[in-house]
Amino acid sequence: MKMGYYPGCSISGSSREYGESLLAVLRALDVELAEVEDWNCCGASAAHNLNHTLSLALPARSLALAEQQGFQELLVPCAACFSRLAATRKALMADDAKRRQIADLVELPMKNIPVSINLLQLLQRVLPENLKEKLRAPFDYKVACYYGCLLVRPAEVVEFDREEDPEEMDRIMEKIGAAPLDWAFKTECCGAGFSVPRTDVVGRLCARILDDAVSRGAEAVIVACPMCHSNLDMRRQASESHSGKKYTIPILYVTQAIGLALGLDAKQLGLQRHIVPVRLSAGKSSQILENAPA
Amino acid sequence: MARIGVFVCHCGENIGATVDCARVAEACRKIPGVAHSVDYKYMCSDPGQTLIREAIAQNKLTGVVVAACSPRMHEPTFRRVCSESGLNPYLCEMANLREHCSWVHEKSDVTTDKAIDLVAMLVEKVKRNKPLHPIKVPVTKTALVLGGGISGIQAALDIANAGHKVILVERDPSIGGHMSQLSETFPTLDCSQCILTPRMVEVAQHPNITLYTYSELESLDGFIGNFKTRIRKKARSLDEKLCTGCGLCTTKCPNKKIPSEFNTGLGMRTAIYVPFPQAVPNKPVIDREHCTYYTKGRCRVCEKVCPTQAIRFDQEDQIVEHEVGAVVVATGFTVKETDFFPEYGYGKYKDVINGLQFERILSASGPTLGEVKRPSDGRVPETVVFIACAGSRDPAKGIEYCSKICCMYTAKHAMLYKHKVHHGQAYVFYMDIRAAGKMYDEFTRRAIEEDHVQYIRGRVSRIYERNGKLIVQGADTLLNAMPVEIEADLVVLATAGVANEGAEALAQKLHVSYDSHKFFVEAHPKLRPVETNTAGVFLAGACQSPKDIPESVGQASGTAAKVAALFSMDELTREPVVAVVNRTAPPLYSTCVGCFLCQSACPYQAIEREEIKNRNGQVVKTIAKVNPGLCQGCGTCVAFCRSKSIDLQGYTHEQVYAEVMELLS
Amino acid sequence: MSTAQTHSAQNLTLADCLLQETGVDIRRCYQCGKCSAGCPMAAEMDYPSSVWMRMLQTGRPDLEKAVLKSQSIWLCLSCESCYVRCPMEIDIPRVADFLRAASKRRGLVHPRARNILRFHTAFLDSIRYTGRLYEMGMVVDYKVRSRKWWQDLLTAPGLFLRGKLNLLPHRVKHPKAMRKLFKWAAEDKEARI
Ligand SMILES: Cc1cc2nc3c(=O)[nH]c(=O)nc-3n(C[C@H](O)[C@H](O)[C@H](O)COP(=O)(O)OP(=O)(O)OC[C@H]3O[C@@H](n4cnc5c(N)ncnc54)[C@H](O)[C@@H]3O)c2cc1C
Ligand code: SF4
Ligand code: SF4
Ligand code: SF4
Repeated sequence: MKMGYYPGCSISGSSREYGESLLAVLRALDVELAEVEDWNCCGASAAHNLNHTLSLALPARSLALAEQQGFQELLVPCAACFSRLAATRKALMADDAKRRQIADLVELPMKNIPVSINLLQLLQRVLPENLKEKLRAPFDYKVACYYGCLLVRPAEVVEFDREEDPEEMDRIMEKIGAAPLDWAFKTECCGAGFSVPRTDVVGRLCARILDDAVSRGAEAVIVACPMCHSNLDMRRQASESHSGKKYTIPILYVTQAIGLALGLDAKQLGLQRHIVPVRLSAGKSSQILENAPA
Repeated sequence: MARIGVFVCHCGENIGATVDCARVAEACRKIPGVAHSVDYKYMCSDPGQTLIREAIAQNKLTGVVVAACSPRMHEPTFRRVCSESGLNPYLCEMANLREHCSWVHEKSDVTTDKAIDLVAMLVEKVKRNKPLHPIKVPVTKTALVLGGGISGIQAALDIANAGHKVILVERDPSIGGHMSQLSETFPTLDCSQCILTPRMVEVAQHPNITLYTYSELESLDGFIGNFKTRIRKKARSLDEKLCTGCGLCTTKCPNKKIPSEFNTGLGMRTAIYVPFPQAVPNKPVIDREHCTYYTKGRCRVCEKVCPTQAIRFDQEDQIVEHEVGAVVVATGFTVKETDFFPEYGYGKYKDVINGLQFERILSASGPTLGEVKRPSDGRVPETVVFIACAGSRDPAKGIEYCSKICCMYTAKHAMLYKHKVHHGQAYVFYMDIRAAGKMYDEFTRRAIEEDHVQYIRGRVSRIYERNGKLIVQGADTLLNAMPVEIEADLVVLATAGVANEGAEALAQKLHVSYDSHKFFVEAHPKLRPVETNTAGVFLAGACQSPKDIPESVGQASGTAAKVAALFSMDELTREPVVAVVNRTAPPLYSTCVGCFLCQSACPYQAIEREEIKNRNGQVVKTIAKVNPGLCQGCGTCVAFCRSKSIDLQGYTHEQVYAEVMELLS
Repeated sequence: MSTAQTHSAQNLTLADCLLQETGVDIRRCYQCGKCSAGCPMAAEMDYPSSVWMRMLQTGRPDLEKAVLKSQSIWLCLSCESCYVRCPMEIDIPRVADFLRAASKRRGLVHPRARNILRFHTAFLDSIRYTGRLYEMGMVVDYKVRSRKWWQDLLTAPGLFLRGKLNLLPHRVKHPKAMRKLFKWAAEDKEARI
């Protein structure tokens, strides 16, 4: 059976390169996905900030639809959506009354709520052990794997990796020939949903992250979350005006790095959509990547 | 016809405020067979006891029920009163109106009704009580002391000096325990080795002490005054009688890169080694896990260089057996490593160490010879952060209790660091300073006032490394939880004090109870702090809960006094609550059919076979017989006996049924 | 009868309500400050998390009100660093959620936090009608509410050029279901304390 796919709003909008690269890579790995039909927004941080019930109700509808469409597992590549969907499943499994109320409202059974998995979990499963042999252009860069908050916290909700100093993304990067760095800001917050209302906060927090990555010699920061990406990439200017420094380090989605290593086309991977140009030093691998805004 | 006296105690407000004691006494007066029934404020007081004495004499009582507190508290008192009045003490029983009634219920009529039921049940029982007589058993005046830390050493010396034999068993190659690893000791800052070594030597030389190091308890059977113990002497791989402790082997052993346990992994040792120079006994052991001969089949350098040919590669573990009358458990504690804290780096930073490691760094005999140098690069740390309660008072990642000693040793560490590195800066992150002891608070104040240690009230959220510095992120909760970030060269975690490895298995061997943290449990937290619930097994030191040296030593001497008191008797009297197999007239002799199910069920091997012979000396029947010296009165056999031929004295079928029937009527 | 009245009628403290509604017991907090120590926003907060815990512990109405009026509760990013490190396993971000809902309902939102609230509101309004987030619509809506016309003008064209902005919203097939969910959630007890 195909795995269910919950893209979430960002991937359908401002972070479409995440979705594009993800689909391209999974296609290359022969993994088939089927998008959950008629899914809706998970409510992200706005819902739980203002109304706890809403923060369960919104993801619940998508989960109920996924269940009705026969999925037992859902790939949720956005870390924020993943955390909301996982938290909702956990809460509703523990609260029968609420589960039944929501089931009535959305007129769906909600008996076997599908399990959400994040992209790293899926990659762990599907990346072949001998991947290195299949690489067309090993991604031999020093990378800082940035997990952010919601992929790993809190453990009892996400049930994935270690809460502090996680390692799964680093393992994946090793598989494509990269050298993941031991650095200190893997799970420090990027400012999350403050991108629009408090861009200054995002600037301050992202500058710390970029400073640490750059000072340890990272050539790229690898992420698995649209929010992290947009705060580190789209909001680059905010970081720069906070610290007064210029940062050129590119931010790549984990799937973009894998795609490059597999020899997929940079355009197919959406690299041209980044605000910070993805220029990786030549010579190390066969590729020189350049992109400019259209 | 039974003439039972009922004595209802108010226990002040304890029972009286909840149970209507007068009504209980009145109700009991109406029970057939009750000749006398009164209530009184404090039955255990002198006037209370006199009340009972007079009632026994005047009413010619044949049995007594005291309705008061738990029999654990006052049964001996009231049985003594009866016995002084000429009544067999086992004709007196206690109904527990306090723990079983007033403390667990609200004041109400139903509560009083329950109290009446409790007394009535015992009245029915006492009507069927028979006079019993205590059992006498001899005492073996040798003590087994387990663990050779300061507690075990102190207990062993005190018992030996009282003139009794002691067998001291230590798991490690040397005695000394944690105290031998310490630098200087709070609150007086005297050198730990200097005050400990003389005691260790005294143990080794004491004529009354037999020392088994590198040894462990294999089994313990029997009961107070009469234990049988088997001790495993692990193979040292050398003949201790021949070895002179010259140490040539340890200098020549080519295998020199084994992390030394004594130096908490900060220094190295050889495969044949003496853990530290002052070790007692000063005889090496071969660590077979690392020795090249045992792992690769060649080397034997030590054998070649030993001037007395003491090395024995083929030596095997040896089991020695001893009979002892008392056991002192003094197996100590241990401290957590640094690896259990994800946010402090999972133990991956070399310069994040625990308190015991810092003791070794401070110690003149330690890996840095007492100079404060950090493990990663040997530099002298300019800024040191000490973190108290690391894993203590932390239900999430450690243990919920307070480890008790770390506030003090952290103050000591910061102080000693400042004494050695004058220009250095010491910070202590703490939640509370717990320094309740003689000269203790003064000690921590001195660290702050005289040595200028910066105390910051708050826990540290995270430590990470950057450019050779450890970035410590804390907060000052006395300043509106203001974030505090310190760039440290060394971080010392006062990690939680926890039960020793193997404590659980040892407790099971000794039949003593342990708490949820695997610390051994005392018989009573206030009144019997050095005894366990198993008679004849005593506790000393940090195996009961984390303790400092003064407390450990005090407790060890207390235990020794208990043991000496026990050994002052030639015979022990034991409660006659033992099982008996019934006997009847011939030709039946007993209802026992000789199935011996009871024999396999008895956890104390107390059931023997008895052959019943007729007048001609022919065996007519083989039945079970209980050895009253071994029987612990657990009653397991009673439950197993299908022909109901075994009864527990004092708790016979007849008595227990009578109690139940009374409750149901 | 509103829950607010019930709250004072029964003399329940905010901490009591919190415990009832969320199961989080802040009496467990022993003021170690570890949450504040690792909070990325603590330096900007008027009362860092450990401080608001203490204020709630007192049960004093004036301090409870000060917490609800504080900027801190809106500055919390729900990054969960505090929760995973709290030795007493107190779900602090959940407390913050609760406090925000209560602050909004009682009209105590800190003036300088209003933009954050406006943003959340714009976000939810966007999905209320279409089911999925319409980023451009939301940002425009937020700008109207916050009057921050200048902000984001720099990046928006860039985003557009990079094909990152959808010009038209996407609607789910059953917008009625969405409205039902919102209506039901509006009855949420917590949002009414
Ligand atoms: C970092 C640190 C600093 C300290 N500083 C001070 C100080 O300055 N002042 C102070 O008063 N206190 C200090 N203490 C406390 C002190 O170490 C303890 O009070 C003391 O060690 C307790 O002695 P003990 O004999 O009960 O236990 P331990 O010292 O733990 O000794 C127990 C002994 O039993 C042995 N053993 C364990 N299991 C078995 C077994 N199954 N069979 C046989 N033997 C066994 C062990 O090998 C060990 O030798 C400090 C503790 C630490 C961790
Ligand atoms: S003794 Fe002090 S440092 Fe140790 S656990 Fe108790 S309070 Fe914490
Ligand atoms: S970390 Fe937990 S216990 Fe400590 S101050 Fe914060 S809420 Fe209280
Ligand atoms: S969840 Fe909120 S309070 Fe907790 S650390 Fe993150 S920002 Fe601070």
